[in-house]
Amino acid sequence: MSSDEQILEELTNKEYEHGWSVDFEADEAPFGLNEDIVRFISMKKNEPEWLLEWRLKAFQTWKGMAEPKWPNVKYPPIDYQGIKYYSAPKQKKGPESLDDIDPELIETFEKLGISLQEQKRLTGVAVDAVIDSVSVATTFKETLGELGIIFCSFSEAVKEHPELVKKYVGSVVPVNDNYFAALNSAVFSDGSFCYIPKGVRCPMELSTYFRINAANTGQFERTLIVAEEGSYVSYLEGCTAPQRDENQLHAAVVEIYAAKDAEVKYSTVQNWYPGDKNGKGGIYNFVTKRGICFGDHSKISWTQVETGSAVTWKYPSCILKGDHSTGEFYSVAVTNNMQQADTGTKMIHIGKNTKSRIVSKGISAGKSQNSYRGQVQVMKRAENARNHSQCDSLLMGNNCGAHTFPYIDIENKSAHVEHEATTSKIGEDQIFYCMQRGIDEESAVALIVNGYAKEVLNQLPMEFAVEAQKLLALTLEGSVG
Amino acid sequence: MLKIKDLKASIEDKEILRGINLEVKAGEVHAIMGPNGSGKSTLASVLAGREDYDVTSGEVDFMGSDLLELSAEERARIGIFLAFQYPVEIPGVTTTNFMKTALNQIREHRGLEKLDAVGFLKKMKEKMKLVEIDQSLLSRSLNEGFSGGEKKRNEIFQMAMLEPKLSILDETDSGLDIDALRIVANGVNTLKSADNATIVVTHYQRLLDHIVPDFVHVLYNGRIVKSGTKELALELEEKGYDWIKAEANLETA
Repeated sequence: MSSDEQILEELTNKEYEHGWSVDFEADEAPFGLNEDIVRFISMKKNEPEWLLEWRLKAFQTWKGMAEPKWPNVKYPPIDYQGIKYYSAPKQKKGPESLDDIDPELIETFEKLGISLQEQKRLTGVAVDAVIDSVSVATTFKETLGELGIIFCSFSEAVKEHPELVKKYVGSVVPVNDNYFAALNSAVFSDGSFCYIPKGVRCPMELSTYFRINAANTGQFERTLIVAEEGSYVSYLEGCTAPQRDENQLHAAVVEIYAAKDAEVKYSTVQNWYPGDKNGKGGIYNFVTKRGICFGDHSKISWTQVETGSAVTWKYPSCILKGDHSTGEFYSVAVTNNMQQADTGTKMIHIGKNTKSRIVSKGISAGKSQNSYRGQVQVMKRAENARNHSQCDSLLMGNNCGAHTFPYIDIENKSAHVEHEATTSKIGEDQIFYCMQRGIDEESAVALIVNGYAKEVLNQLPMEFAVEAQKLLALTLEGSVG
Repeated sequence: MLKIKDLKASIEDKEILRGINLEVKAGEVHAIMGPNGSGKSTLASVLAGREDYDVTSGEVDFMGSDLLELSAEERARIGIFLAFQYPVEIPGVTTTNFMKTALNQIREHRGLEKLDAVGFLKKMKEKMKLVEIDQSLLSRSLNEGFSGGEKKRNEIFQMAMLEPKLSILDETDSGLDIDALRIVANGVNTLKSADNATIVVTHYQRLLDHIVPDFVHVLYNGRIVKSGTKELALELEEKGYDWIKAEANLETA
């Protein structure tokens, strides 16, 4: 070792002993996580003191927690000190034109039928497409503003509507809820905030797609949706275009609050990079999504189409606190190659006459592992609670796995809980039948899979559903024959 | 239209077809009869291109194409249709959607434009009338929860939609009551023309009262051991298959 290197090493070691020194002027945080990093993030975002305190509390909680080991997934240990938890939201210099983009990605765009302008926007090619979306976003915001609907980035909400954020953040997913939720609470970068005032029916699907600053929310996203009494909103998360991201670990939190008679419909299409055929690379998607039906007769409905990520750990849940409230969960989770998914829901019945419905459709191909994990809990005072769960698994080939872990916990005798589960294989008979009618093998698989997932796809808004159908076919391309 | 020469096929090393020779011309109806296990359904499957069977020798020429070289969907696209003995259920996919996908892939293959929703619907209405099938059946998941009769009628409806050159009906009469049998047979007869041909695979004579064949062949032990006209079918009905078996066994002995 040269003397220079020796000195360097001593210096760095020494610095480590005394804790980290952080350059608060820097555009990005150094690797690793400690209290100073949390302060750094909060300062960079000009956050109020209460939010910093909240983050620090979350960080302390996180430090005392252990990563959950119960999901049915395997991945190498995550080095939490090997991650940079903040980088300035300014864009890196984007590619000059679509010619600079991975041709495979462009091919996928074309198969999905995404317009050229949109392709540019998604890959970060800086052109007038951005101007397009600015104008769209502006008209959009005006319409919403007239109704009193707030739809903005989380950071903006902290500045403009601190009282709302303070009241609801962490109220559905407390900082100590789980390891990844605690981590997110400590270091979340940005996300979306949505507030629907009393009695307002949001006239359009709210989509992060229209929010221009949504592109760079990063790996620790936080979303908060508040629906006041008698309001309605349908919220769309994600985009069917493939998302390539340098960050391997994603730990998002979504919280939904529904007051009396309010209804929130939350739809996701998740298509993060799943890694290559051998399981190299790919996103770890560890998400906490939960909604509370706080008021009587409120309703929260989750619909998800999960096709991406190397490892998925996700249980969009409903706490049915209000009497006569309803929770729904519709899910299609597809895994191919080496992907692993452990996903499902929790329905917690607290109020009287609460209802929940679970429809889960798992599709496994390649060497992937797909698990449904669901919990139905009926508390003591939840008179006449009703639940119906249907969990279907579809297998393609002989090397994949499908697993079902239902947990049912009933403390009230008047509950009616039904659980149905099926496992089937795409039969050669089905494929031959299609082929005998002139349909090629790939299209036959797409047809069969979309038929299988129909009940869930029907829950998606029309445009989203069409893209989701194409996406299912694309994900499974080459998985037969 | 179809020329089969010395066709041999086996499944898991068991030889099922042991040298089939058959010629079918446009405008003709051929009935293939025979006792259980004689290879009737295997012949239908091999012609349609099911991969479970190994074709060990022989030639099949279909309108100038070497059929054995083509995949199942290519065969369908050039005009071969198999009405299945056991139509397969595809949950969540309606017959309408299924037919739209199939028809457009076939049209694409033939260099025709895809049918739009209006054109497709018009064609569907027309064919529905032809085979006496109800709209409600076509909006349900394909074959799921269908009765035996509904499944077979649905097969004939698909045949009407795809307008094949050669239709192979594999035991289409099995599981049908008299009324359903009549409707299915009417459909087949209406679709018959001078340009297309039909092969009816059946165990019993009764379907042939409704779909009158030009030729009747008896399949036994993987070979056509006797051919004749519709009178042969009546003779079989009366005397059973034993005398044919005896004759055939005598020849091979």
